[in-house]
Amino acid sequence: MMYRIPVNDWADFAVMFCRTNFRPFFRWFSGYIEGFVGSLEALLAFIPVLLFIIIIALLAWRFSGRGLALFAIVGSLLILSMGLWEQTMLTVALILTATFISLLIGIPLGILASRSEPAWKILRPILDIMQTMPIFVYLLPALMLFGIGLAPAVIATVVFASPPAIRLTNLGIRQVPQEVMEAALAFGSTPMQILTRVQLPLALPSILAGVNQCIMLSLSMVVISAMIGAGGLGGVVYRAISRVEIGSGFEGGIGVVVIAIILDRITQSLGRGPVGKEQG
Amino acid sequence: MSKIDVKSLYKIFGPEPRKALEKLRAGMGKDDLLQKTGHTVGVSDASFSVAQGEIFVVMGLSGSGKSTLVRCLNRLIEPTAGEVTIDGEVISSLSTEKLRAFRQKKMSMVFQRFALFPHRTILQNVAYGLEIQGMGRQAREEKALDMLATVGLKDWVSVYPDQLSGGMQQRVGLARALAVDPDILLMDEPFSALDPLIRKEMQEELTELQSNMQKTIIFITHDLDEALKLGDRIAIMKDGRIVQLGTPEEILTNPSNGYVANFVTDVDRSRVLKAENVMIRPSALVKITDGPRLALRKMKREEFSSIFVIGEGRTLQGIVTVDRAIEAVEKKEKDLRNIVDEDVPVTSPEVTLLDLFPMAATARVPIAVVDDNRKLLGIIVRVSVLSGLIARGDDLDDVSNSG
Repeated sequence: MMYRIPVNDWADFAVMFCRTNFRPFFRWFSGYIEGFVGSLEALLAFIPVLLFIIIIALLAWRFSGRGLALFAIVGSLLILSMGLWEQTMLTVALILTATFISLLIGIPLGILASRSEPAWKILRPILDIMQTMPIFVYLLPALMLFGIGLAPAVIATVVFASPPAIRLTNLGIRQVPQEVMEAALAFGSTPMQILTRVQLPLALPSILAGVNQCIMLSLSMVVISAMIGAGGLGGVVYRAISRVEIGSGFEGGIGVVVIAIILDRITQSLGRGPVGKEQG
Repeated sequence: MSKIDVKSLYKIFGPEPRKALEKLRAGMGKDDLLQKTGHTVGVSDASFSVAQGEIFVVMGLSGSGKSTLVRCLNRLIEPTAGEVTIDGEVISSLSTEKLRAFRQKKMSMVFQRFALFPHRTILQNVAYGLEIQGMGRQAREEKALDMLATVGLKDWVSVYPDQLSGGMQQRVGLARALAVDPDILLMDEPFSALDPLIRKEMQEELTELQSNMQKTIIFITHDLDEALKLGDRIAIMKDGRIVQLGTPEEILTNPSNGYVANFVTDVDRSRVLKAENVMIRPSALVKITDGPRLALRKMKREEFSSIFVIGEGRTLQGIVTVDRAIEAVEKKEKDLRNIVDEDVPVTSPEVTLLDLFPMAATARVPIAVVDDNRKLLGIIVRVSVLSGLIARGDDLDDVSNSG
């Protein structure tokens, strides 16, 4: 019989090794993320509901148009009347945190990938793994390391949602026309000046498309996050499924859809037009 | 002492340019080098020097290495071997820091496709060079504004590049390059992307600007007539080598080999030159709805005996002579509809001079050049048909292109 390569033992060992040796670090990190999501949620919950709806409607109107504003009002009132407001705020806080961390990691890595061919060669397969590895495979180890709650949910979401931010930042910068780059160089710009004055502004539509993708993918993780105790709208859906309460499952699902549509349309219109300035 | 000194400059593209260089120096041909080693020769053994205030034209077909050569001067492309000296300073061995300072102050560049920053306004584009040098906002915008006024665009400061026509965009490109007040201007086929009439205008403007500025200009082109018109001296490149270097006169009268000769001895210019090459922009036109008095006044100002009449969308309606205009004024006509003579000699821009001869010989008025929709593109006066044959580049465009 062929020799069996003990991949399973290695993985077990790696997880156990991290668990026994770096436990304080993971706990600290976990507490940090819980704190972050918690205070964001508290902030969102602190705003009076009606004021919150007005703000969302105004944002939708400003960035997208009257249609979305109307949708935002109706959708929010629907969520409110289903009694899911608190859960919705927790989900929004969770998504925003995951997106924020994804961008914090993704944009610098995207910039790095666009400037260095070796970096991009190393990153590419890693991104492929992050996007295709079945989520439950790393969900369980995350659970063991970070403990039940928000932290493993956020980590899993970041793993799943940050690749498009990296890819699209890299792509956007690489798409800056050669002659424009030459012009910037010919005037004696430093690499930093080229990055901030030429590459990033011109890559902005692409980067914003990455932000949009990032948010959408985070949303698709909501229910899975709930399985490891993240709560929120995902929790509503998860509980409903396990008790075979079809009706309340739909309620939670509709809540997710409403958030998705509002966030998607707003972030999409951010990326429209070269840099969001008035151009002909 | 010369401003720019280039000594046996080489640029070879490929994985091991140094090894390829040895083979090239040992006498291996360009095609062999590409086939056997996978290296492409960009520039091969180029040596020349340029004096302060000179316009030095590098001419060649595409792929001849002229764009690579000019990029070796400011090291947008790193030369494989050879030495570039500017004002006594060896550019090829400057540190990154010093090279940057050098690019900021000493030389700037104008690009074929303009290469403006699409996310910046015209003013911000022109101020870019000053901005990265760390000049304050007000000072740099003042300077940029001055520069834009020089190229005639001071009313366009707050628009974005994609709102301007090609000719205007290249004026911005020129203003951006001049704003940092460089000694040396590198111009990489700056007018090639423009249409013939605009190109001619830009050439004239550059000549005029240069008479005030006295910059040292390296000008790349594939157009012989442009080279002859602008160049104090011309270097002709082929396969990365400079095959001839001399004044326009020397190159015309004494082409050093068959390649150069092919460029300059156009066997029969009348077969090569087209109507669009010799047409000029009419200095005065009237609309069909204009009154006869206006037509008369315009003719008087330009000392014409007739004037072309256009309608909606610049379509050619015909011609009005001075006699008929005077008649119409006496009859108190309101517009030109009754006196316009629709029987005008007309040609299309693609027609060669050879085919224009018969028409030019009999026509008593200028020939109108129109497109398929009868839109008036330009006019040809009889003298320009003839001068097109003898002039060597003084007033012509695009010959080496189409030939």
